Parts: sequence; C-alpha cells; structure tokens
Amino acid sequence: MNPRRITVAYYTLVRKEWVRMTRIWSQTFLPSIVTTTLYYMIFGAFIGSQIAPIHGFSYIQFIVPGLVMMAVITNSYSNVVSGFFGMKFQHNLEEIMVSPTPNWVVVLGFVSGGVVRGVVVGILVLLTSLFFTHLTVYSFFVLISAAILTSILFSLAGLLNGIFAKGFDGISIVPTFVLTPLTYLGGVFYSIDRLPPIWRAISLGNPIIYMVNAFRYGFLGISDTPLVLSFGILIGLTVVLFMLCLYLFQKGIGMRN
Amino acid sequence: MNTHLALTITGLRKTYDTGTSALKGVSLSIAEGDFFALLGPNGAGKTTLISILTCLTNKTSGTVEVFGASIDTEPERAKTYIGLVPQEFNFNIFEKVIDIITTQAGYYGITRSSALQDAEPILKELGLWEKRNDKAMSLSGGMKRRLMIARALIHHPRLLILDEPTAGVDVELRRSMWEFLKKMNETGTTIILTTHYLEEAEQLCRNVAIINQGAIVVNEPTAALLHRHGDKKLEDIFLTLLQRSSTT
Ligand SMILES: Nc1ncnc2c1ncn2[C@@H]1O[C@H](COP(=O)(O)OP(=O)(O)O)[C@@H](O)[C@H]1O
Ligand SMILES: [Mg+2]
Repeated sequence: MNPRRITVAYYTLVRKEWVRMTRIWSQTFLPSIVTTTLYYMIFGAFIGSQIAPIHGFSYIQFIVPGLVMMAVITNSYSNVVSGFFGMKFQHNLEEIMVSPTPNWVVVLGFVSGGVVRGVVVGILVLLTSLFFTHLTVYSFFVLISAAILTSILFSLAGLLNGIFAKGFDGISIVPTFVLTPLTYLGGVFYSIDRLPPIWRAISLGNPIIYMVNAFRYGFLGISDTPLVLSFGILIGLTVVLFMLCLYLFQKGIGMRN
Repeated sequence: MNTHLALTITGLRKTYDTGTSALKGVSLSIAEGDFFALLGPNGAGKTTLISILTCLTNKTSGTVEVFGASIDTEPERAKTYIGLVPQEFNFNIFEKVIDIITTQAGYYGITRSSALQDAEPILKELGLWEKRNDKAMSLSGGMKRRLMIARALIHHPRLLILDEPTAGVDVELRRSMWEFLKKMNETGTTIILTTHYLEEAEQLCRNVAIINQGAIVVNEPTAALLHRHGDKKLEDIFLTLLQRSSTT
C-alpha cells in the first residue's frame, strides 16, 4: 500500500473506533467521570481536609493528577481490549485481516482509538476536578507527554490482552486482578516517600508509580521518582509492547488458526 | 510468475492444532476469467482452503499465488486482488449497511467519499440501496448475504471468492444471485465458489474440482466431466466419485 492508502486505512480504523465509543458513550465516557467525582468528594473534600499537606500541596491537589491518570489508564486499556476482542469474537476482525492494511497500521489504529478515549476521558475528569480545587500547571510539556505515552502504553497492553483472550472472562481477569491493584497501589493516593522503606522498595517495582509521578510533576512540580527514569520506563515499555503486538499480528497468534 | 493464472496452489497442507488434517496436499490452478466451482461435502476442507487463500488461516505447508503474488512474500498485493464472501456472516450487525461497505473500502485505502460513489451501483444492483441506512441486524438472511457480496466487491477485486453463497437461500434469490455472478464473470472477474449444490456448479461453472477429505478427487472442465461419465447427472457422478475416494 502506498502512503496515501495507508493514511486512509489508518483513518478508517480510528474513525470506526470513534463511532463505536460515541455510540455507547454512557459506557465509555461516563463511568470514569462518576467514579472520579466520588473520589474528589470523599478523598478530596471530606477526608482530605483532615490530611496534612503533601510536599506543600493540599490532599485534593495531590490526588487530582493521579486520579486523572487512573482514568487515562483504565479507559485506554478497556477501549482497546473490548474493541479488539469484540471484533475477534464477532469474526468482524476478518474484515481487516483480508485487507491489505499492514499489521503495523492495524496496531496503530487500535492504539490510537485507545489514546483518543483515554485523552478525552482524562480531559473530562480533569475538568470535573475544577469543581473541587483549582488547577496549577508546572510543565505543560511533561504532563502532556506523560499522559499520551501512558495512554499509548496501556492501549498496547489492552491490545495484548485482547489478542490472548479466548473468552469474555479473559478480558476481565487481567483488569480485575492485575491492572486495578497496580493502579490503586500506583501512588495515586499517597506519596511513596512516606511509606516504610520496605513498601517503598516494593512500590518501585510497580510501573504505574513512575507514570503517575511524571504526570503529577507536570502539574505540581513534585515527583517521588526521577523524571528521566519515569520517561525512560514509559518509552522502554511502549517500544517493547509495540514490538510484541506487531510480532503477534505477524504470526497471527490469537487471530489465525 | 504466470499472470494468466488467477490462482496457483501447490502442495497445500493444513493440520489444525486439534490434529485434524483438513488439507492433504492440494494443488490447483485457476485461469484468469474462469468461473470455478469447488465442490465437496461438509467437512471436505473447502472453507479451510479459502481461509488460507485469504490469509485468515495459517497453512501448514505449500504455496499459494494470487495473480503471481505469493501470500507469503507479497501478502498485501495478493490481498488487494481478492474479494471474499465468507460462509458465515462476519460484519458488525450494529453498523449501517453503508458504513460496513465504506469501512471495508477504507481498509483497502479507498476514501469514504469515493467508496460512497462506488457503493451506489453495487448496492442498487444487489437490491440493497433502499436499505443502505439500516442497521445490518435488521436485514433478512438473503439481504445479509448480498451485503457480504457488496462488501467483497467495493474494491473491485479481480478474483471473487464465495464460500457457499447460496446455502440456505431461497430458490428465487439463488437464481438472481446466479445471474449477478454470471454478469460479473462476463465482465472479467474471475470467480471461485464453493458449494454442495451440484446444480449450481452445473449451471454456472466452466471448471470444477471435487474435494473430499482434504484431497482433490477430480479437477476438469464441467462439460468434460459430464461427458466422460456418459452425460449422467452431476449428482450421480459426485456420489460415485466420493464413494470411490473415501474407500481408497
Ligand atoms: N478451526 C478449526 N479447528 C479445528 N478443526 C477445524 C477447524 N475448522 C475446520 N476444522 C476441521 O477441518 C475439516 C474441514 O473443515 P472445513 O474446511 O470447514 O470444511 P467445509 O468448508 O468443506 O465444510 C473438518 O474436519 C473440520 O472439522
Ligand atoms: Mg465450509
């Protein structure tokens, strides 16, 4: 395929995902806004007022970036896993497989769908926070790149889950038993600097810590982890997962008998 | 590379992970412009064969070339030549007819606006134009099948492959599909169809191959096959050949 046709194919994939997520907007855009609003209320307003400032910021200011990141992560992930697995399950994926669209474009198309959903929901959740606190931006560049890279990474992870899933339980096991615990223990609600050394060390094995901290740095200018390390991990994992997805597509694993 | 051949298959084998040997060394050549029937009972390996040609299933061994493009080394080129009408419905039933068509076109790199133009004559010809804004799930069985034909044609393939296109379709619709396919073939599209309706092969196809238990039993012009067997009905010939191939 020439570059012009590739662009059309890519646009088609993203458009299809956009149409799908807007058609079922109450399942895609709404849930994160509802749950995050509850977090803002409970942890920010009700409990937060009783918690001492962290690195000089009020508790709600501290958790907003983490909660936005949590929304970005879960929405990117679930958009791709459910979109891809849905197509696989309906045999609808065959429409793509018989076509000359190269595998890397297909991967990029699904990932972009996840990024669109992650970023749109992220923005909505961020806007909701304005009802509870004011926004400070320390580095726009850091916060945007941390959000986009994280969204790409978890879209790829969702794709991986969709590729390997054989049934509907397969697309809920990983989010429930891996993604949710890692996110909740990913430094959204607390600074790992305040943890006992052993828990701090264990926490550093959780990749989400680095993403949440990089993103929080973009807003507040504070981070429990070195920024360079955070971006290094983000970029490294993204490259690895992209290559892995591409390899699985090339081999047809989870797609072709 | 022989570009006069639409399809060249040599020594094609497929063993599924379950251990089922669905294709046991199939070789076939199909000339450009041919109307070719792949005939065989259920479980013979027809769908497996087609899924390999269209890159939906991995082969175990053998080679496949579509208009000279190998599916191993030039899969993208091979795929642009083929339009597939699968045996089972595989579109998203929640999408509108027109979106199913234009999305498929998009995967071939055709813009939505030009796909919309191209879709009109195809949908009109197949009696789906009035339904273009309806969701696929609201279509009748026959319409769904025609939708899959329309989808397969949107990128103007040189080779149209239909896997049991008339299974479970009423007599009237079957006739009109036959007429449609004849016209397609007359305007230069090479057509391969699988069927277990003998009459279909007899009416439509210039050449016929019979496949049984993953092996080609017969491959010759339909007329010659009928003639060789003393102008018996194709159905009788089919049954005789199947019995013979199953016992050896
Ligand atoms: N996905 C699969 N996994 C394992 N065996 C399969 C699969 N698909 C088909 N088969 C087996 O391969 C053989 C050929 O099937 P198929 O190609 O569907 O035949 P046909 O289309 O001629 O009815 C059958 O024995 C069938 O059970
Ligand atoms: Mg079949």
